[in-house]
Amino acid sequence: MRRLLFKNLVRRPVTEAPPARDDAALAALAAEVDRAARRRLGRSLAIREVDAGSCNGCELEIHALNNAFYDLERFGLRFVASPRHADVLLVTGPVTKNMQEALSRTYRATPDPKWVVAVGDCAANGGIFAGSYAVTGGVSNVVPVDLHVPGCPPNPMELLTGLLALLQA
Amino acid sequence: MVALIEITKNGRKVDAHRPWPRVIVSSTTWRLAIQQLVDTRATLLGLWGDASAMHMALIDEGSTEIIVLTLECPAAKFPSVGALHPPAIRLERTARDLFGLKAVGLPDSRHWLDHGAWGIKYPLGSRRKTLGRSDYAFLPAEGEALHQIPVGPVHAAIIEPGHFRFTANGEAVVRLEQRLGYVHKGIESLMAGASLEKGARLAGRTSGDSTVAYALAFARAVEAALHMDIPPRAVWLRALMAELERVANHFGDIGAICNDASFSLLHAQFGILRERTLRAAQASFGHRLMMDRVVPGGVTDDLASEGLGGLRRFLDNVRRRFPELVEIYDRTASLLDRTVGTGHLKPSLAREFGAGGYVGRASGRPFDARKAVAYPPYDALDFEVPVRDDGDVNARVWLRIREVEQSLKLIDQILERLPEGDHRAELGKADAVSEGLALVEGFRGDILVWVRIGEDGALERCHLRDPSWFQWPLLEAAIDGNIVADFPLCNKSFNCSYSGHDL
Repeated sequence: MRRLLFKNLVRRPVTEAPPARDDAALAALAAEVDRAARRRLGRSLAIREVDAGSCNGCELEIHALNNAFYDLERFGLRFVASPRHADVLLVTGPVTKNMQEALSRTYRATPDPKWVVAVGDCAANGGIFAGSYAVTGGVSNVVPVDLHVPGCPPNPMELLTGLLALLQA
Repeated sequence: MVALIEITKNGRKVDAHRPWPRVIVSSTTWRLAIQQLVDTRATLLGLWGDASAMHMALIDEGSTEIIVLTLECPAAKFPSVGALHPPAIRLERTARDLFGLKAVGLPDSRHWLDHGAWGIKYPLGSRRKTLGRSDYAFLPAEGEALHQIPVGPVHAAIIEPGHFRFTANGEAVVRLEQRLGYVHKGIESLMAGASLEKGARLAGRTSGDSTVAYALAFARAVEAALHMDIPPRAVWLRALMAELERVANHFGDIGAICNDASFSLLHAQFGILRERTLRAAQASFGHRLMMDRVVPGGVTDDLASEGLGGLRRFLDNVRRRFPELVEIYDRTASLLDRTVGTGHLKPSLAREFGAGGYVGRASGRPFDARKAVAYPPYDALDFEVPVRDDGDVNARVWLRIREVEQSLKLIDQILERLPEGDHRAELGKADAVSEGLALVEGFRGDILVWVRIGEDGALERCHLRDPSWFQWPLLEAAIDGNIVADFPLCNKSFNCSYSGHDL
């Protein structure tokens, strides 16, 4: 283990450069976000992830945000275990009817001010699962959505760009 | 030993079912089959509903003979398998929730996937309207010092939703009961009437971490039904994707198990290996998880030219880094202190439940569909199936380590021997109703997909059985007597799918 730790001291880090400030794209992503975010919270957001019926694909890529390549925490963004500690709910999936109540309760448990980011194509309108008896067909049918990050699943860079848009709004 | 086909000799064989036989049987034969399960002469591969019929897939693990039995249920009733063979209990609760087919004698009459929120009941059967949700009674555990800990469905950090009801005596868990179904999306209802193209996309989103394995199982079932062969290059590219998926998931799991023992160094290092695997997949096939790349008829994308070199560099990198990480795992006493002896699963239970994947193989059940069914190209590849019998968290970590080594060896062989030629064939047209069954080894275990294609070429019925159906119940057994704080370790070492199970 000492050998590995030593090697890591001299190796270049694998961490990627932050996403380029593609102003047009960022502006579009951030348009719906309350301008008070930055003023009230500064450059720090606590995120609670809520899987509301995803296939788990989005979760895999959200997990990747924490790896050494994307290193989410350097931007002041971090995942928390309780919605009571969160500023942002990151919601995936078409919102199954079996998760609808849990999502509403999680939203109510999150203190104001708060933002909801819907992640993935099925979080927008149910995606491929739309029309099933078991889904409500999108996050905005259950809680108000501030930002949507499309993709099936969105890759970590796309997720990062969306989350940074929240900070820079 | 009585061959499975023997007990069904009085049944009516369905000609359109491939590649293994499907036989319509009497309730007497159905009961005879249940007895085979009880006597561990056969293993349950699946039990699923249809419009007024139940299907049961069995395998004789000795001869690897597979058979599907069908019992017609005009009165919406059938003799319960779960009454005598517990692995069937949740499957029968599901058959009732989705189809309204009642297992007579089933000891647990509670709903399973139906939480009373759909507005209808029996969505794949008679679709009756319902009002409101019903109460759910957890199984009791009584005693003066006992207390309950309810966890979920929104639980832990970035994870799928499910509810865990612990009853604990101080720190020791005396009972864990799971309640699942929160991510039920109604995939099987969306499959009914869907085109094969949409079916493949849905299958690939049954459990996102196994998207290649599901798409492969679906494609193989469809190709069996339509009686078609696919180009050899496609067969080998599919295996390449399947092994990349297995390696990526095993890296992620090993790191996450270490993280649940608060050893973040290995979590970070295995996270790097996982990311490199996904990037190799992106460079080779244009998608990090390789979603929608496997389709009936072949694969959508040939291996990109930069992919081949990238894969060789990836293999070199992994071969340099992986052994030193394994050595750290093996030499860190504080980590082994958490994993050795924790969450022990008895081999007898693994065998009874037909548990697949690392859960079964770490508890002495050597089953691997790549060997048992030996679907191509695995019949032409040289690899071993690692098996252990110590059955604890540590065993499930080592199983993954050994499987990564085997997968790397498989990827080497595939790159070496990849046939030239087309990577996709035109799909044949169905002119009559046809049925197909496939069993494919995902990273988590064997995935079963059964399809019935109508005369118009659309799906009539598709059933997808995740390996987790036969692993989730065993987690309840493995945690027994462990401390609450070790549950995340046990859970991650099983890493059952919520979405694949809930459908």
